[in-house]
Amino acid sequence: MGRLKGAVLLTAGLAAMLLLGGCGGEKESLTVINYGMYLEESVIEGFENETGIEIKYEEAPTPEEMYTKYKSGAIEYDLLCTSEYMLQKLMDEGELVKVDFKQMEHYDNISEEFWDFVRSFDPENAYVMPYFWGTVGLLYDSEKTNGPLHSWDVLFDGSYAGDFIMPNSMRDAYMIALKYLGYSLNTTDEKELREAQELLLTQKPDVSAYLVDEARDEVLAGNAAIAAVYSGEAYYAYAEDPRFQYCIPDEGSNLWIDCFAVTKQCRNTENALKFLDYLCREDNARMNYDYVKYASPFKSMIESYGEEEKNSDAINPSPEKINNCEIFAPLPQETTDLMGELWKELKAQ
Amino acid sequence: MVDRLKNRLCRCYIFLIMLFLYAPILVLFASSFNDSKSRVSWGGFTFRWYAGVFSSRSIMKALYTTLALALLSALIATVIGVVGAIGITAMRQRNYQIVMAFTNIPMLNADIVTGITLMLWFVRFIPLGFMSVLLAHITFNIPYVILSVIPKLQQMNISMYEAARDLGANSVYAFFKIVLPQLFSGILSGFFMAFTISMDDFVVTYFTKGAGVNTLSTMIYGEMKKGIKPELYALSTLIFALVFIILLIVNRIGGKEEEGRTIRGRIGAGGNDSVREPD
Amino acid sequence: MKRRSILAGPYILWIIGFTVIPLFFLVKYALTDRNGLFTLENIFAMFEPVHLKALVFSTEVAVLCTAICIVLSYPLVLSLKRLGLDKQSFSLYMLILPMWINFILRLLAWQMILSNNGILNYFLTSIGLRPLAIANSRTAIMIGIVYDYLPYMVLAIYNAVAEINEDIIEAARDLGAGGFLVFFRIILPLSVPGLLSGIVMVFVPSMTSFVTANILGGGKEQLIGNVIEEEFMTTMNWNLGSGLSLILMVFVLISMTFTARNESYEKESKIW
Repeated sequence: MGRLKGAVLLTAGLAAMLLLGGCGGEKESLTVINYGMYLEESVIEGFENETGIEIKYEEAPTPEEMYTKYKSGAIEYDLLCTSEYMLQKLMDEGELVKVDFKQMEHYDNISEEFWDFVRSFDPENAYVMPYFWGTVGLLYDSEKTNGPLHSWDVLFDGSYAGDFIMPNSMRDAYMIALKYLGYSLNTTDEKELREAQELLLTQKPDVSAYLVDEARDEVLAGNAAIAAVYSGEAYYAYAEDPRFQYCIPDEGSNLWIDCFAVTKQCRNTENALKFLDYLCREDNARMNYDYVKYASPFKSMIESYGEEEKNSDAINPSPEKINNCEIFAPLPQETTDLMGELWKELKAQ
Repeated sequence: MVDRLKNRLCRCYIFLIMLFLYAPILVLFASSFNDSKSRVSWGGFTFRWYAGVFSSRSIMKALYTTLALALLSALIATVIGVVGAIGITAMRQRNYQIVMAFTNIPMLNADIVTGITLMLWFVRFIPLGFMSVLLAHITFNIPYVILSVIPKLQQMNISMYEAARDLGANSVYAFFKIVLPQLFSGILSGFFMAFTISMDDFVVTYFTKGAGVNTLSTMIYGEMKKGIKPELYALSTLIFALVFIILLIVNRIGGKEEEGRTIRGRIGAGGNDSVREPD
Repeated sequence: MKRRSILAGPYILWIIGFTVIPLFFLVKYALTDRNGLFTLENIFAMFEPVHLKALVFSTEVAVLCTAICIVLSYPLVLSLKRLGLDKQSFSLYMLILPMWINFILRLLAWQMILSNNGILNYFLTSIGLRPLAIANSRTAIMIGIVYDYLPYMVLAIYNAVAEINEDIIEAARDLGAGGFLVFFRIILPLSVPGLLSGIVMVFVPSMTSFVTANILGGGKEQLIGNVIEEEFMTTMNWNLGSGLSLILMVFVLISMTFTARNESYEKESKIW
């Protein structure tokens, strides 16, 4: 009996301690959602120490998942960082608010080129702030392929059957098929999409796996020779071992940019801007770059690129490579639904 | 001779199953000492991830949240569950079956459904945060407590309680002195089951958590695509070692018989009466 | 005596608050379309080939995994019993201990073991065997599921076997029954209740463990859980996701009632 009482008292005491510990005072905070491993932790800590504003940091693996989390209204996010087509969708739905980025002390550290870039969907540069950018291409183990790659056809001609990885995200997968067929990646033509579907269905038996960012580790581990990945992943692999090469296929690909934006749920725009400003500061941009290894839109970073980075298609692709690339635009609901149906059919095959 | 051979065969079989159960854990141990950020190549031996565990604020915070959640939810679920189990076993057959049917729903539902339905409901009356996850965890913990206590209640020797009452003990006193000790192993098993399930849960937490609230599971999921922080391997190894040592000590000190009862009860949680379907 | 049932009050309130009401939301979403209008489309969607295929695949996987767990568990339980290890709770705890490590991490470890260039194949080639190609396949998913839920099955069966009266087994042996006979005529029938709860604990989560399928299946194979997850998380069609979940729930309930039919349901003497 004594034992029982002791156990009960002990657990009750612990529980009380936990409850008390859980109730801290309310202080100023910002809720931020971003992709996983896309912001160095010490940058957040630095910001908190400098300003006293607490950052509640959330991660989501894909733009779609982020959209779901945002839209469910379960959590009020102040800031979000996601890909351009998702930002456009949110913008069209009136979920983002205009802010004056020029107010930021380190506004100038974002290269003019990238303000231009985002102007294609944010004409006044009022909604989004460039954060990282890149392309989609082929990461390959040059010891396993016959010479350098330059085309998507290695994924479709069966020459690397069972030895390549396709993206496990709907738009990226169809993007590859559409580009290979010579169509626009923003097509709304049902015939073109069905043609892409045929291609992906015949390709499926040869696919080793459908993965997103894990694809990089699979190639590094030697489990696959080729993977379609975001350029940053490819540079990470190259940094581990230079035999891992990257190419943007000649048929063209997807050019993307991830940006931060302030949502209409934001309670304190001024603090949100402070946080964005902090990200633009030279030292923080550097810390983030070292951690994330994606191409940066910050001037201070671009200027500090070494030879390897300058020559890498993953970090600094040549203009002629980019010319063939397209940016995703949000698709009309019918096309999204159709693509969703096709994707499900492909995965169920 | 045949017996010896059979014993050896049994040992081999147990060893093989243990190998199967522990193979991935050995891999994690190895990874926790691997001095290479990517989990795919061996970069030499290091202890730095272990040092990193304690200096990473986000990991420590997630660990704290995980433990606090598991402890609080298991505790509250145990209280509600034990009292509830005593109540429902006194119900009429039909009502009993109805309540048990509902008890089984959280266990038979896909986690994702439990998580999303709870979220849809929570957003209407409380801000998502630690509290909402706690409520959700209690919800899926209670059935485990109930199902491990009910068999004990059914086996219980009721005459002792009646004798105590006849001798003048009031019902509360008799409850604590007579009933509770008899249920103790069932309660303990329910508590541990609830604790373990809560620690390991990902899906329900993911949907019901508020901003900035991270358990180890949700943290790992967020990192799954890009590569897990090696500190998390180190942390897992530490947790495993700690539990293992505690078990060893308990096993040494605790009387064999007492311990035997506890484990039987613990296992009872996953045993006979875990799931009952209404006919 | 009936007064005691009042004690169930808080629990019943909890059930209403956190099981019944949320279920109502699920039904509401399942029976409406995106614009909130009534429809049965989401319910019938389960019978579309795409979804039906996933359902059939999940059922196959779940049935197979459950069977494998049963086949692996009995010898283990009997071995432990034979060696007297079951008297020491320690060896049983060893079965549960892996559950204290996060399941996603354990699955990732399996991925490292099973991948083409992984630990298993390294081992096989170094002893001169041919490497296996089980990464990203149905087999890999099944290994993961069996791994995840085997302890539950072992414990459930162990619990039932431990309750069998030793004397009955002795008596059978004295009457000349061999090992097989003892197992099939005594141990197996008497452990049915434990077996059934083990089946439920393995079968139900096997059908929906989308995380396992994601990590070990390489996105090539879809359980019904993955389809539901994608409806909620990617395509943002909560109505369809709810409809599918509802049907899945009914399907699971029916198949479990079917399994549990034989389980004699006796409510033992009331305590108070």
